[in-house]
Amino acid sequence: MQALSLRHLRKTYKNGITALNGIDLDVDEGDFFALLGPNGAGKSTTISIIASLVTKTAGTVSVFGYDLDRQRDLAKSCIGLVPQEINFSQFEKVFDIVVNQAGYYGIPRRLAMQRAEQYLRQLSLWDKRDTASRQLSGGMKRRLMIARALVHQPRLLILDEPTAGVDIEIRRSMWDFLRQINRAGTTIILTTHYLEEAESLCRNIAIIDQGQIIENSAMTTLLAKLHTDSFILDLAAPRAETPAVAGYQLELSDPHTLAADVPKQLGLNNLFAGLDAQGITVVSMRNKHNRLEQLFLDLVEGQKGIAP
Amino acid sequence: MNTRIAFQTIVRKEIGRFMRIWPQTILPAAITTALYFLIFGQLMGERIGDMAGQRYIDFIVPGIVLMSVINNAYSNVVASFYSTKFQRHIEELLVAPVPPWVILAGYVFGGVARGLVVGCVVMAIALLFSEVSIQDYGVTLAVFLLTSTLFALAGFINAVFANSFDDISIIPNFVLTPLVYLGGVFYTVDMLPDFWRILSLGNPILYMVNAFRFGFLGISDIPLWQAFAISGGFTVLLALFALYLLQRGVGIKS
Ligand SMILES: Nc1ncnc2c1ncn2[C@@H]1O[C@H](COP(=O)(O)OP(=O)(O)OP(=O)(O)O)[C@@H](O)[C@H]1O
Ligand SMILES: [Mg+2]
Repeated sequence: MQALSLRHLRKTYKNGITALNGIDLDVDEGDFFALLGPNGAGKSTTISIIASLVTKTAGTVSVFGYDLDRQRDLAKSCIGLVPQEINFSQFEKVFDIVVNQAGYYGIPRRLAMQRAEQYLRQLSLWDKRDTASRQLSGGMKRRLMIARALVHQPRLLILDEPTAGVDIEIRRSMWDFLRQINRAGTTIILTTHYLEEAESLCRNIAIIDQGQIIENSAMTTLLAKLHTDSFILDLAAPRAETPAVAGYQLELSDPHTLAADVPKQLGLNNLFAGLDAQGITVVSMRNKHNRLEQLFLDLVEGQKGIAP
Repeated sequence: MNTRIAFQTIVRKEIGRFMRIWPQTILPAAITTALYFLIFGQLMGERIGDMAGQRYIDFIVPGIVLMSVINNAYSNVVASFYSTKFQRHIEELLVAPVPPWVILAGYVFGGVARGLVVGCVVMAIALLFSEVSIQDYGVTLAVFLLTSTLFALAGFINAVFANSFDDISIIPNFVLTPLVYLGGVFYTVDMLPDFWRILSLGNPILYMVNAFRFGFLGISDIPLWQAFAISGGFTVLLALFALYLLQRGVGIKS
């Protein structure tokens, strides 16, 4: 069963900007899916159309088989949305925000209050239940948006940059939380600019650029496409000139630091052997980019190359 | 889908909003109207004498009550719905399976509720200054309901088109207030020269004020059925227009 299916989705805003240029996308039930792309690529536009916040220009959206035009209410009931921009009533209290959202989904008040408590506790916001939303910190607001999106227990949770501006500790706990609800059966679609986040959470991925999908595959398939890994090596003793090891692209960025592009088929052992032979000791090393980041840059740069 | 719960949620939120900020929503009407009763009713009313066979203060009470109902029903919805748009929490409603008519009904009901609360407060103040009583409860209630619904709808439409806080005060200041003041709150149109009297008959608020006064005092410048036909007609038209706007997402969806 497809949790989400987009066909030929197009959007031209009133100001003439074409944000989506015919998008096709399928997300399987139970998936943890990343929708990536540079600023202004069309991620939020896509999500807003799915969530009925923006009207589409053309194309179809179906959510668990419900067509968004013909079975709008059924489709809506399946979706939980965490939008990119904070959109609370400033004076409304945390608890009321969640309970009222449940009310809009037709959930009786008593049950709504139980659920609100459950999700506010899970997202460590229960202490703040009587606080007006404008008095929350940025990270708390993000978590409150997640609690609000879950209160009607949607089958598909869509999060538009949920971890923007969230500290590392909270981000990790958010990841754990999302993994947990995904394991429990909720399909999740996530956008983020932190690519290691997408890499560690998501199984499938689509990259969107200038309103078009330029890549859509499994994370593992995509990462396997990366032919070269880039590393930074820290050297024990300073060197004046760049050493050479056959097959590898090396560059000395400063006397203690060597950048190395490592082709997958050669691997690292040969590189170390080559350096060792020249009496160079490597103290430590790290990835130059996150692997997904490297791919992302290649793809988006490549796209610019073919653009007129 | 349980639309009743969604409707109750909107109404609870709307009533909670104006009750929480009562010094801004209820108190001003109480103070202004107390001043009206004091100045026009007590101080000047003595000199004016009778109007249409009634003590002047008794004559103006129904119009002043209805004037506060109109202003408050309108401003409740325009302010609340505009800030819902402005702060973007309209999105909470748009993502959920709430039909447009439920959204509209919820906000309009909130406006009617504020009209009722303010109307009762003003009526209580009126009783401090006058001995007016309601003669026909049925007519009074019907006029109240129709008028408050009509202006709550108008406030909603204003909010849909508003793009700034200025836009939500233009209509109340430059259209609503003059129409109310020229709508026979303070005088009977029979006093006016022909030209002004006929012009006044083009003002829908005149009909509502007179019908409301009929409910209190049993007198009216115009036939009751005309008042109901006009306010009923406008209510239906505005309701259809507001629904059309919501359905199309005008002013709320890009
Ligand atoms: N309401 C709007 N009216 C007009 N143009 C818009 C509107 N919203 C977005 N756009 C334009 O549509 C394009 C896509 O924007 P969108 O917000 O979907 O990008 P995004 O991928 O979410 O970017 P980001 O990563 O910065 O959030 C941009 O060119 C943007 O300027
Ligand atoms: Mg975005």
